[in-house]
Amino acid sequence: MLKIAVLYPDLLGTYGDAGNGLVVAQRAERRGIDVSLTMVEMTDQIPEADLYLLGGGEDGPQRLACELLAGQEFAPRVADGAYVVAVCAGLQLLGQSFSIEGDAVVPGLGIVDVTTRRGSSRSVGDLLVSVGDHLLVGFENHGGVTMLGEGVEPLGALRLGRGNDGSVDGYCVDRIWATYAHGPVMALNPWFADTVLAAVLARPLEPLVTMADRLYAERCQTLLRG
Amino acid sequence: MVTRLSLRAHGGAIATRAVNWLSRLSGRGEGTVAGGRVGLAICPTLLQQLARGREIVLVSGTNGKTTTTAMVAAGWGGEVATNATGANMPAGHVAALVNSRSLRAVLEVDEAWLGQVVEAVQPAVVILLNLSRDQLDRANEVRQLAQRWRAVFSLRGQRDVTVIANANDPLVVFATANAAVQWCDVPTPWLSDATSCPNCTKPLARDSSSYGCSCGFTKPTTATTILRDELTVGGREVKLDLSLPGLFNRANAAMALSALDVLHVDLGNAAQRISTLERIAGRFETRRWKEHRIRLFLAKNPAGFTAALSTIGNTGSDVWVAINARGADGRDPSWLYDVPFELLKGHRVWCWGDRRLDLAARLDYGGVDVRVVDDERDVPVSSGVVTLLANYTAFSDFLAKSQSC
Repeated sequence: MLKIAVLYPDLLGTYGDAGNGLVVAQRAERRGIDVSLTMVEMTDQIPEADLYLLGGGEDGPQRLACELLAGQEFAPRVADGAYVVAVCAGLQLLGQSFSIEGDAVVPGLGIVDVTTRRGSSRSVGDLLVSVGDHLLVGFENHGGVTMLGEGVEPLGALRLGRGNDGSVDGYCVDRIWATYAHGPVMALNPWFADTVLAAVLARPLEPLVTMADRLYAERCQTLLRG
Repeated sequence: MVTRLSLRAHGGAIATRAVNWLSRLSGRGEGTVAGGRVGLAICPTLLQQLARGREIVLVSGTNGKTTTTAMVAAGWGGEVATNATGANMPAGHVAALVNSRSLRAVLEVDEAWLGQVVEAVQPAVVILLNLSRDQLDRANEVRQLAQRWRAVFSLRGQRDVTVIANANDPLVVFATANAAVQWCDVPTPWLSDATSCPNCTKPLARDSSSYGCSCGFTKPTTATTILRDELTVGGREVKLDLSLPGLFNRANAAMALSALDVLHVDLGNAAQRISTLERIAGRFETRRWKEHRIRLFLAKNPAGFTAALSTIGNTGSDVWVAINARGADGRDPSWLYDVPFELLKGHRVWCWGDRRLDLAARLDYGGVDVRVVDDERDVPVSSGVVTLLANYTAFSDFLAKSQSC
């Protein structure tokens, strides 16, 4: 049984981010894999899971989500082998600190050595990232500038958009992927959903044809045209 | 004129009419925005001056603005100045007021412009429907909007405006903390943007009829309520038999009637006039396009879609959904994953619009029987009326190319 938990969609789900849970679960189920998908709300205990998903959210809810996660068995489970995909606010709160609500610096969970400060303007628009041989497409809408600590690799190099700092987007460490491509990034990028799924299952996956393949091809074509 | 305009405002008003007339004549627009812009450029206080001496109702909120505005206009009866085409920023307000000498006006207002417009027109009543995620690439955060509204009503707290506000939307309640409010207890199915307290961000505790937080933030006492089929406005029972579909339209009507009650309009007559409305700027209208008969629903965001989907029966009929992501729609359709499209299981759904593939992928992952419309000739003609749910520019496209039945 593959256990997927979407963490606090009621706080970190501003842009349809919980859709990532649906997408990974569906891509596993359609390959005959037993899946449980849990939406963990802010008053719930965080269950044990193979894959945790974190979304984006507004300032206040982001701070609250971070406090709740700090008080629960989250970081130890990640250290014990759980995988994480985090977008936007989720990307920020896994780090050492982030600035929200003006310039207040809030300590993050410190799971990854990154820090986020408030940028001089919001980054809003289409995002296109080269990740190895793949292109990752998405949309970003955030006010943060994220600096990676030593040894933390970015997810990929930017082709379009602002990402962390105008040159790279996200990070990829151990079992954690993070990106500023908010919302249903796994829906837009079937290859990315399958990369995560294959890693969590620790085995290669048979190909799967879905409607999302056409969507991905169309988005890549549109964004590459600029 | 209803008010004495300054010489400069007079020039602005004439220019507004002239430009709008030209714009309609040239077929380039509905003639509501261009003229207002020119008028405001000539006389920056034009809106203030046009509003002076009139009794004005403003309507704002994420969903239901155009419908509720039409309901207030209809319920009031007689000539009412209004921006019926949905041009809901100051240029549109100027055009609406220039075109009518009526002393009564109802104007829908874009959420982000509410402060400026309240300041300019000094309304008698402001209706605040709801606040939820919409066009986040433009508005960024819903809570910031609530903060801005709160500042507006903090400034005006002790003056003459009466606010009619939705007590079931915590963000609206937060926004009107310092205003003189008549609260409405109306169905509000979308609450996902207010799960944490707008005041202190702790989790809001909820039961079926109320909510509250340990910081003291809580649902206020209401004067207008909808309980099953019964509608009470300001403590009095009102018979309301709408031609328009959906519980959300009953909520809109309840708030429109609450505003009219403040203005001493007879509620029974107003409710009757509102009940005869069948379509509002194409919304809810059954129209003909080629061989198809389609009923048009505008749904622009998760809350609007959630409401519209609740009106679709489970008869297994074909449903069309059209999604664009142009400027007026918001350029990011991520919100499709916040819409409970699973409700369309059992229907055959045809995906239209610039972003039909985003929609089709969402529906496919939701287990819905989905078809992408790459060639409109492939879409079969249904024997009955097909429901079309479309977001803003997609709706406008269908409205423009279809005819009344």
